[in-house]
Amino acid sequence: MEDVGFAAISRRANEWLVVPGAAVVLIFVFLVFPILWSLWMSFQVGRGMNFAFGGFANIVRLTQDPVFQRALGNTIVFFVIQVPIMLTLAALMAVALNDPTLRFRGLFRTAIFLPCVTSLVAYSALFKSMFADAGLVNNVLLSMQLISEPIYWIRDPFWAKVLIITAITWRWTGYNMIFYLAALQNIDRSIYEAARIDGVPGWAQFLYITIPMLKPVILFTSVTSTIGTLQLFDEVVNITEGGPADATLTLSLYIYNLTFRFMPNFGYAATVSYVIVVAVAILSLIQFYVARDRRTQ
Amino acid sequence: MNNRLFGRAFTYAGLSLIAFISVFPFYWMIVGATNTSADVTIGKLTFGSALGDNIQHFFSLFDVPRVLLNTTFVAVVGTALTLVVCSMAGYAFEIYRTKFSDRLFALFLVMLSIPFSALMIPLFIMISRAGLINTFAGVLLPGIASIFIIFYFRQATKAFPHELRDAARIDGLKEWQIFLYIYLPVMRSTYAAATIIVFMSSWNNYLWPLIVLQSNDNKVITLIVSSMRSGYNPQQGSIMVATIIATLPTLVIFFLLQRRFVEGLVGSVK
Repeated sequence: MEDVGFAAISRRANEWLVVPGAAVVLIFVFLVFPILWSLWMSFQVGRGMNFAFGGFANIVRLTQDPVFQRALGNTIVFFVIQVPIMLTLAALMAVALNDPTLRFRGLFRTAIFLPCVTSLVAYSALFKSMFADAGLVNNVLLSMQLISEPIYWIRDPFWAKVLIITAITWRWTGYNMIFYLAALQNIDRSIYEAARIDGVPGWAQFLYITIPMLKPVILFTSVTSTIGTLQLFDEVVNITEGGPADATLTLSLYIYNLTFRFMPNFGYAATVSYVIVVAVAILSLIQFYVARDRRTQ
Repeated sequence: MNNRLFGRAFTYAGLSLIAFISVFPFYWMIVGATNTSADVTIGKLTFGSALGDNIQHFFSLFDVPRVLLNTTFVAVVGTALTLVVCSMAGYAFEIYRTKFSDRLFALFLVMLSIPFSALMIPLFIMISRAGLINTFAGVLLPGIASIFIIFYFRQATKAFPHELRDAARIDGLKEWQIFLYIYLPVMRSTYAAATIIVFMSSWNNYLWPLIVLQSNDNKVITLIVSSMRSGYNPQQGSIMVATIIATLPTLVIFFLLQRRFVEGLVGSVK
């Protein structure tokens, strides 16, 4: 009898301490603890390793910090403009590629997915050189007479933002398209057959069949893209260095600067990082709310 | 009918344009590697004769073999550790389900969306207090347990036949033997897909290595490519050579395992 008890305990131990144990411990040490510590830090003021409790001093400072507000504004501009453009493009491309009568589907799909294999740093280097003042993109636009003088993509505050949005869209549209494509392939074709027999036009089929069926994927891609855009770092560092005049400074880059470039101010940097945490949480909730299934209400 | 034909033509034209834009920077990268820095800056689109010079210049700037060794080491060891730890956890969270484990997992899923930017300050302080700044251990440790990969394995484990496990238990196999001799071989393709995802993100990682690896001996390829952009007169041709080297491994993996690559990506959200 005792033996059985011991075996049961040992199996329990196996199940709960040994097998997932390493992962659970690592997650608590490198995720749960840091995120709580970061929250604690955001109430601390002082430079370097000298902390003192500062209450809401850091939050007050946020409201008076023009650089923070610019970084927040830029980040919002990036995701409000870039995420819808990219997801719309991805969905349209997926619908086009899902047509079984289309030729060269595999070729198109591979080509459009290809940008996803590049590292963010590597493609940033490519975009930086293509969009140089006297560089390739300006040459092409000038020779097509679309512009009359070169655009200073990297040095102009407005065009620098356009460049960053273009770059991210190039890198991630194919990635998101793959998810839409997979979801479309799971939709039963007979639904479209029935709609066609009933005389439903193509655009209405897209609006009333395709989009509702894609809802879970739209939710997934918008949540992941939002999180990604709020954390934008590699591209702005490597293409524009946050410039010109902080025109492409993002929250992540500002946190990095506060922590590692300027005289380190961990408490304030942690406060800025919590702005991202709160923003991600709120936006995810909104997206879940918008995409919720109304029938189950 | 004419209308449909027009629509068709529009679709092909649109897709061709997008496919061209998607692939063009790769051509630009290869052409750029053969041109002088000045030619790259003025957007020269034909092959030049500066490839040798660019390679030589790149190798004179950095200890390239060392950099590649560092990057490979970090990516391979990181991938191996992540797969072992996360597949075990994903297996356990699905096979040994209890109310407590389900709640713990739900908590983990909520934390899936915690941005890295919010962790980097405390992680930096932890790693530097542990004396791990400038070490590969410092780069690797925080990334081993990935909630995303655990989730991935947990989802895949749902398809692992319970009969196999029950039969093995009746045959007297211990739990670790079931995992090692039955689960692992059956889940080969899940492991392959996860390997691709983890290896790629590890090879391409930038922000965390930038914080942890500060001496030149320990740099990884993304840090090298990034550091070449600054300075008084960046050598564009050499940057292109560096970019090719940084992109080649993931490009090769993509073309060798294209189907599995895409399946792995999509399977992760099913």
